[in-house]
Amino acid sequence: MDGAGQPALALDDRGLPADRLLEAYRQMVTIRRFEERALDLYRAGELRGSTHPYIGMEAVAVGVCLALEPGDYISSTHRGHGHTIAKGGDVRRMMAELLGRATGYSGGKGGSMHIADLDRKMLGANGIVGGGIGLAAGAALTAKLQRTGAIAVSFFGDGALNQGVLHEVSNLAAIWSLPVVFVCENNQYAMSAAAAWTIAGGDPAKRAAGYGIPGVTVDGMDVEAVARAARQLVARARRGEGPSYLIASTYRFVGHHAGDPLNYRPKDEAERWRARDPIRLLGERLVARGMATADDLAAIDAEAVARIDDAVAFAKASPPPTVDQLLTDIYA
Amino acid sequence: MVTTSERQAPAPASAGDERLLTYAQALNEALREEMRRDPTVFVMGEDVAAWGGGGVFGVTRGLADEFGTERVRDTPISEEAIVALAVGAAAAGSRPVVELMYVDFVGLAMEPLVNQAAKLRYMFGGKVSVPLVLRTQQGAGRGNAAQHSQSLEAWFCHVPGLKVVTPSTPADAKGLLVSAIRDNNPVVFLEHKLLYGTRGYVPAGEYAIPLGVADIKRPGRHVTVVGIHMMVLKALQAAEQLAEEGIELEVIDPRTLVPLDEAAIVASVKKTGRLIVTHEAVTRAGYGAEIVARVVELAFDYLDAPPLRVCGKNVPVPYSAVLEEAALPQVADLVAAARALVRGAA
Repeated sequence: MDGAGQPALALDDRGLPADRLLEAYRQMVTIRRFEERALDLYRAGELRGSTHPYIGMEAVAVGVCLALEPGDYISSTHRGHGHTIAKGGDVRRMMAELLGRATGYSGGKGGSMHIADLDRKMLGANGIVGGGIGLAAGAALTAKLQRTGAIAVSFFGDGALNQGVLHEVSNLAAIWSLPVVFVCENNQYAMSAAAAWTIAGGDPAKRAAGYGIPGVTVDGMDVEAVARAARQLVARARRGEGPSYLIASTYRFVGHHAGDPLNYRPKDEAERWRARDPIRLLGERLVARGMATADDLAAIDAEAVARIDDAVAFAKASPPPTVDQLLTDIYA
Repeated sequence: MVTTSERQAPAPASAGDERLLTYAQALNEALREEMRRDPTVFVMGEDVAAWGGGGVFGVTRGLADEFGTERVRDTPISEEAIVALAVGAAAAGSRPVVELMYVDFVGLAMEPLVNQAAKLRYMFGGKVSVPLVLRTQQGAGRGNAAQHSQSLEAWFCHVPGLKVVTPSTPADAKGLLVSAIRDNNPVVFLEHKLLYGTRGYVPAGEYAIPLGVADIKRPGRHVTVVGIHMMVLKALQAAEQLAEEGIELEVIDPRTLVPLDEAAIVASVKKTGRLIVTHEAVTRAGYGAEIVARVVELAFDYLDAPPLRVCGKNVPVPYSAVLEEAALPQVADLVAAARALVRGAA
């Protein structure tokens, strides 16, 4: 789970090998339990600022990261916990960062919105909508210049589809054939702004045609579908054929952040999406294929809960940063 | 305390090694030498390769011929993307040198510069470095009017995480650009459009001028004049005029605004008792206010007169020559201010 040494997948068209599917399930459950606990901590007043849960969207980060090598970069969004866990991040250091402790990833200087793990090539959650798009493309540029063979993935939300930087970076990445995959997590709302009325042209994937690059839409609730599509686009990037768009249709089951009034979307809409909960979908599939029993899945869940319990205990036992850390890390 | 001799650019091995170069040629030499030395350095910007062989001001001339268009990359007119990619490229192990054609266009790129480049290291608890140089030029005096003539150094100085460099001579330009490229932080390297054609002696071979070390361009004992960019040259002209009437200006070029060599400025004010700060940027909330504030905090008891700012008027830069000249601080303004300071204290 915390290991970064996952080999590249050799997927067939039917799906993932059993061990990788179980691993995907474990990661998705870990993300879900992590986020639920983060919300609890926020409501208990122990988590400052804000936190942006990834609940409901787990299949996107996990599916895409299954297609990546340890040396590949990702950049993230406000909602960075899921991406960090999917890239192999340490939930102890993440939880400590959320609670503002010295043992956190950033020593308590970043918090929920700036979770980053440079050792695992995770370029950070980002408090600016669209802020990570150029970072990933820049990492791809370095990979190309230094011929490292790495590629980069930029995760961003549907809100970033309407940020100017996406256009500029898409154009630049296309003309330079940069090895980057732009993954739009279309969770249907940019805060309260519905994708249905904020995205001109309807289908976001059509925008890729304007740059002469592939635009693939995928069921973001199906981790296998995400992984298959990501594998193809990542392989394309690694072959030097340039960037692409992967639009994953998904849904955040909860609000934009912990304080979201959620009064802007139809009550039955969330229920329709919840009926396709990505974790339940994958669990049912594992059981149907004989890859796991219900007891196995329950054990994986219990294990994830225990890991999060341990992470919270670790975080709470950790000291806050000392004030003498205030003015460090500004300059290298 | 930094001594005066340490503040000077390193002396060349012999006078024969010095060449008379323009400011633009000196910058070009720094880029060329650093690209030869370090394969992770690359140059990116609008028209840096194809346009007449290198940039509208000629600073990157010939670099594409030597290093190829992979390392000297012409870009579309996409300032936000250029800077955003440079941040990501730097975080991933390159040393990008971005040319932004006019500082006025930085408004389009403030997001990646301010929210990403300047903050990643701190937000991530020191786990990443962003060794990025944003080269651009600023300044007025050429009839470029309001959108191509601003001096915006104060914007960058206000953002923790950025370093800000403002060379006024060819030798400083080369040595400071070398340091900026080798620095592990985002550096905003501000050139001045009217300085590109100015000439000066530049030491041959490799040398670096450390960031945060001011230079006394002319010693004097009556008034300290701290100038930025063109105003260093104008202050030296004012000093020539005033010397004839027995008023000696000490002209200090901070060379880098972040970090600022406060010790050099304070030491000078303790000697002269009088301070003028001068820059083209508008007076209000300009960097001169910061310099005055620091001198008041650190050396108030040594001041024989209130410090003066001889800076740009609080107005967009106009087109017409007569108006533009009136908007900018001139040699005569410096002469008048210095006379008033000395006589007022007498």
